[in-house]
Amino acid sequence: MAAGRHSRLSEWFNRRGWSDIIISAPYIWLLLFFLLPFLIVIVIAMSVATRTPSAPPFGYGGDNPVLNFAGYARFFEDELYLRALVTSIINAFVAMILCLLIGYPMALGLTRMQSNWRNILLMLIILPFWTSFLLRVYAWMGMMGKSSWFNRLLTDIWNMVTPEGWAVSSIPMMHSNFAVVLVMVYTYLPFMILPLYANLERLDPTLDEAAMDLGTRPFGVFWDVTLPQSIPGIIAGGLLVFIPASGELVIPTLVGDAGSPMIGRVISDEFSSSRDWPMASSIAVALLLLMVVPTMIYSHFQTKAEHKPENRP
Amino acid sequence: MQDPFVRIEGVSKLFGAFQAVRDVNLTVGKGEIFALLGGSGCGKTTLLRMLAGFEEPSAGRIFLDGQDMTGVPPWERPVHMMFQSYALFPHMSVEKNVAYGLKHERMTKAEREERVRAMLDLVQLTQFAHRKPHQISGGQRQRVALARALARQPKLLLLDEPLAALDKKLREQTQFELMSIQERTGVTFIVVTHDQEEAMTLADRIAVMDKGQVRQSGTPTDIYEYPNSRFVAGFIGSITSFDGRVTAVEGEVSRVDVPGLGTEIVARSVAGAASGQAVTVALRPEKVTLTRDRLEGPNAIAGEIKDIAYFGKDSLYRVTLPSGQLIAVHGVNAKRAEAGRPDWHDKVWLSFDPAAAILLTE
Ligand SMILES: Nc1ncnc2c1ncn2[C@@H]1O[C@H](COP(=O)(O)OP(=O)(O)OP(=O)(O)O)[C@@H](O)[C@H]1O
Ligand SMILES: [Mg+2]
Repeated sequence: MAAGRHSRLSEWFNRRGWSDIIISAPYIWLLLFFLLPFLIVIVIAMSVATRTPSAPPFGYGGDNPVLNFAGYARFFEDELYLRALVTSIINAFVAMILCLLIGYPMALGLTRMQSNWRNILLMLIILPFWTSFLLRVYAWMGMMGKSSWFNRLLTDIWNMVTPEGWAVSSIPMMHSNFAVVLVMVYTYLPFMILPLYANLERLDPTLDEAAMDLGTRPFGVFWDVTLPQSIPGIIAGGLLVFIPASGELVIPTLVGDAGSPMIGRVISDEFSSSRDWPMASSIAVALLLLMVVPTMIYSHFQTKAEHKPENRP
Repeated sequence: MQDPFVRIEGVSKLFGAFQAVRDVNLTVGKGEIFALLGGSGCGKTTLLRMLAGFEEPSAGRIFLDGQDMTGVPPWERPVHMMFQSYALFPHMSVEKNVAYGLKHERMTKAEREERVRAMLDLVQLTQFAHRKPHQISGGQRQRVALARALARQPKLLLLDEPLAALDKKLREQTQFELMSIQERTGVTFIVVTHDQEEAMTLADRIAVMDKGQVRQSGTPTDIYEYPNSRFVAGFIGSITSFDGRVTAVEGEVSRVDVPGLGTEIVARSVAGAASGQAVTVALRPEKVTLTRDRLEGPNAIAGEIKDIAYFGKDSLYRVTLPSGQLIAVHGVNAKRAEAGRPDWHDKVWLSFDPAAAILLTE
């Protein structure tokens, strides 16, 4: 009995053990560096803020109930947080739509290009990642500033095309949601282009010819054949832009309007300035659920639609 | 004779410096099934794509029903193509695929539905109307592609290797289906194939292509019985060929001296064959009679049987000639267990009619 169990154990270890470890590596990674920290954040979210110096600024017990939902309650009651959330979602959504409008033609153009040119252009799309992200944001700050050549050029154009009374000395671009969206579009555009390109590149060009052959003009072919088949790419690119953009901290801090902060800024402030860790954690958890749940619902229906046999007789 | 329905006039196509199609002249009659036959890379698909409007000819013109097609884009041509890969829209159901071309027709919803139903009926796919292309078999996909191409009632249907993706049994069955559908719809078909049997079965007329050129066009009988070149004779069916020299032209027949054969060959004369000219005589296996004793007649060659392939209803003999050359001879096994049936290493006589010997000058 004992021997049998031992041999079976060693057999399991020899035959399956290593492959199991290798397969489970990403899950272990996810567990250690995402789920566990997230669990800690959930726990902190339900504690109470304390003001003891030289100790973690949260605690349990005493007159604090173990489970404290005050942070969540405040998140949904205090207008400040909801406004920040709405600002974030709107900014991220606008950035996503602009990325799609700019990125789709670029991705489509790439697929129709000769392959030697295509590789150069793909390189150029990835190239900005090789310079510091902060440096690029500072560059935009310089560009948008009141005395920059860019601002003066736009000011001159504005003054030329508008009536006398509308003249301005400079265009106020910095510290606005416009600036935030502009820099986010610039930053996240590759995340839209690359999945779209991967999707469009796989499409069969003879389908376009078949549609043309059946009487459809080129624009109609795009609408009937290319676009419906690229929806998975649009969704992947959209999520890759929308999710990080909605939680973006650096861009709104540097170029955004301090009067209408985005949610990432609020979380950061709660942690560092107010030192209200439970509040900050509550917002973080709420935000994560708001992002993850729709994604999961979408992918659930996506896989279901893919496997659904249509009216099998 | 009525005007040809499709007229291809001196059409060439260059891809850079490479000439894919070279000065092709063809006519196709209304309601015909016309086959373009040729080996891989000979320009069949390119010619078809020029008919559909996906490529412009580098030179020459294409007329359809008397109308010059130069500069007419694919979406305005009354020509539909059935692609080699079928090119069904993967995101649409079978029904939507078939209905797709009708989108641009001026017809009511009811008429459209009626047409789609009729098309699905024609290809016997009504019960699969709501499936996606990836949920049906290869043969069914082929029929969807056909229904989709026929739905708009084109004047001309181009089929690029329509049966290549099907297995042998399904292919034979589908050949007859295609022919019956063509008969019922009356649409002119141009079918590309590299399978000579398929071309012979399907087509009213065949054009044999090689390296971008049309080598011969005509009815299957013309091409089989009267090939105009060694290439065509060798491409369609099997032949044994003898290189020789014309010694005399005597009206109906020409005498050809073939070195090492031990006798001269008498073949039906062709235009352009003159005394002293180097020619090739081609013989098809079924045109040669194999006997133990010498038959009366002009062409009789002695030989020895090298091997026999027995197929039941018939046999294929390979016979060694005095020159050492092998010739294939086809024999029908009309009688059962014939006592005198030729056997391995038997000395035999081969004879054939002068009219059966194909004289080729090019
Ligand atoms: N777009 C193109 N650019 C350059 N060369 C081409 C192009 N299309 C075809 N060719 C060349 O033209 C020749 C004829 O091609 P085509 O596709 O017409 O052959 P095919 O007869 O249909 O052959 P297969 O039976 O293999 O389909 C080939 O050598 C091919 O490489
Ligand atoms: Mg081809």
